[in-house]
Amino acid sequence: MIWNKKDLLGLEELTKEELELILSTASSFKEVSSREIKKVPALRGRTVVNLFYEPSTRTRVSFEVAAKRLSADVINIAAETSSVKKGETLIDTGKNIEALKADIIVMRHNSSGAAAMLARHLNISVVNAGDGWHEHPTQALLDIFTLKEKRGDIEGLNVSIVGDIAHSRVARSNIWGLIKLGARVTVCAPKLLIPAEIEAMGVSVTDNIDEALSRADAVDVLRMQFERDVELAFPKQLEYFKAFGITPERLSKAKKGILVMHPGPINRGIEISSEVADGLNSVILEQVTNGIAVRMAVLFLVDQARDGKRENTD
Amino acid sequence: MEKEKILIKGGRVIDPGNKIDDILDILIADSKISKVSKSIKPEGARVLDATGKIIIPGLVDMHVHLREPGREDKETIYTATRAALHGGVTTVLAMPNTDPAIDSLGSVEILKTAISKSAQAKVFICAAITTGRKGRELVDMAMLKREGVVAFSDDGSSVDSNEIMLAALRSAKKAGLPIICHSEDKALSNSGVVNLGFTSTRLGLKGISNESEYKRVARDLDLAAQSEAAVHIAHVSCKESVGVIARAKKTGLRVTCETAPHYFTFSEAAVLGYDTNFKMNPPLRSQEDVEAIKEGLASGIIDVIASDHAPHTENEKEIEFERAEFGVVGLDTELAAAVTALVDTGLLDWSGLAEKMSLNPARILGIDKGSLGAGKDADIAIIEPGQKWQVSKDLLLSKSKNSSFIGKNLNGVVAYTIYRGVVHQWSS
Repeated sequence: MIWNKKDLLGLEELTKEELELILSTASSFKEVSSREIKKVPALRGRTVVNLFYEPSTRTRVSFEVAAKRLSADVINIAAETSSVKKGETLIDTGKNIEALKADIIVMRHNSSGAAAMLARHLNISVVNAGDGWHEHPTQALLDIFTLKEKRGDIEGLNVSIVGDIAHSRVARSNIWGLIKLGARVTVCAPKLLIPAEIEAMGVSVTDNIDEALSRADAVDVLRMQFERDVELAFPKQLEYFKAFGITPERLSKAKKGILVMHPGPINRGIEISSEVADGLNSVILEQVTNGIAVRMAVLFLVDQARDGKRENTD
Repeated sequence: MEKEKILIKGGRVIDPGNKIDDILDILIADSKISKVSKSIKPEGARVLDATGKIIIPGLVDMHVHLREPGREDKETIYTATRAALHGGVTTVLAMPNTDPAIDSLGSVEILKTAISKSAQAKVFICAAITTGRKGRELVDMAMLKREGVVAFSDDGSSVDSNEIMLAALRSAKKAGLPIICHSEDKALSNSGVVNLGFTSTRLGLKGISNESEYKRVARDLDLAAQSEAAVHIAHVSCKESVGVIARAKKTGLRVTCETAPHYFTFSEAAVLGYDTNFKMNPPLRSQEDVEAIKEGLASGIIDVIASDHAPHTENEKEIEFERAEFGVVGLDTELAAAVTALVDTGLLDWSGLAEKMSLNPARILGIDKGSLGAGKDADIAIIEPGQKWQVSKDLLLSKSKNSSFIGKNLNGVVAYTIYRGVVHQWSS
């Protein structure tokens, strides 16, 4: 299996084999973080630019740590401080970064499709760190990596994703990735937060949380973003917690050993109770740790693919 | 040059207005058609050999955004009418959403002056229904008619108020001119950017439902029935709208409608790469809708094919999908697109195509175009039917290059366009 994509834009366009390659590459990188000297020279001399048009701490830091453990130089650009405000287009910003001879742009953007557009216009690699409601591939990869580590195989697992599916890039990436790897996926949300025709992605849909939990081997709890347009669909935060919150009582009726995941940051008492977030079923902090390995794998693979192309054309 | 006599010899003349489909010669003199018959002798006329070619009345495109006045960076009357001639279009209807909007004596005068200076094809004017296209205050339709306006539309917006729309229809009826409806309920389409459904879900973009279109079509037809005005529904994109219009036609309502080549060529699947050259309003719909549009064209429910030519600069298109402008150019490619999707597939014959792209729009607008009868303006498109070409940016004469058809192979090349007796040759 050879990886030949210079960009990682989403999981929809990946094959099962490509997903497995990322996961196995991540496995071999995971060990680096437990070494005395947490560094390998894989990307020495490479420059990774984190271009973030939306505030994000955990994803940016995770990418930064991943790049540094591969010995890359890292530059962080936050949209607030860049020339975006001066009206520069995204493509121009990207071309300027390319002209600085950077090798990889890791981009977070509030507009769906922004990463795809940038990648089309640049020769350097683009890694999507979340675009609008579209995809957040490395988050899903680290979710899947964690599941695989805990359960050995994704094939046949029942995974429920609970929360604002309509506005969630995490949900979309997880659905594509999990289904390609043979899991059965159920999405659970108030009806207004289920996007149109999502069944066509191959998922089951329910608005009953107990049903979503009943067969699940794992539940991925999405952050409810009440600061965004969710309020229209579901008026009260407390009401949401009553109807969909993951509590010890609800978990007690689920399969024993059900894994509880969350992409963070957690809203305690809104989508998940503190007892569950900190409880025995929770793998939330392990997800954070695995995020480093997965992002190391992604940075490494896209860089290799570009190297390959360079050799061919030179 | 206009005095030159021209004899078009040996082509297949398609003139649905006169029920002609035959190998005939056409003699042009003094920028008019002087004779159409078998074996006309040249007698000093310049001869255009049209053997193997299709000859139809020059196209009448009743939905064109010239962008002048106000947005000459996108398009000008000169560049748009050059693109029109290149596509076999000899008459266009200029939509009023310019800056200023065409809603008053003054703005019509500005536009008429610009047209007389630089138009390369015939331009008719569609004025706004309401001042500034804001949906509140009706324009003076009778006065604008005297200035030569041939239709009214707030295109780009729908008149939301039922009362104002009804008043507009009554006023148009009195003036004897049609109203062209941009039928969209913005409360339902609610800042969407692609078709609502699996595509919007996959792309993570806000969706525009079929409902936002056909419910407003139904309302517009309801009001048309009350007022007995002539209404024309612009850019029909979905199955249900075709159904609503079909039912209204059965009741004898004076309703006509149009669709655009992108709606019968592409489905929403074309948007999956976030290419903004597939972003338009209404959006590309499902394959089922595409089939319904084709069926509507074949059955005659859809009367007209118009381009909804909507030029935008690269700066307005090569940006994030949600932020990019709606709309695509179409003058250069509409005829070939229709030949490829409709004629070569057997859905329409050449006569049917000439009806939808020339005769019907001329009749709807009440203008003396769309026919090849003796004494008519010599506005003619001569087509090389079997020839294929690949659309590329540099082949488009429109100032903006935001075409859905870039890279696509089309059948049918416009070999010559004759406008008022002047021959424009596009291929040898």
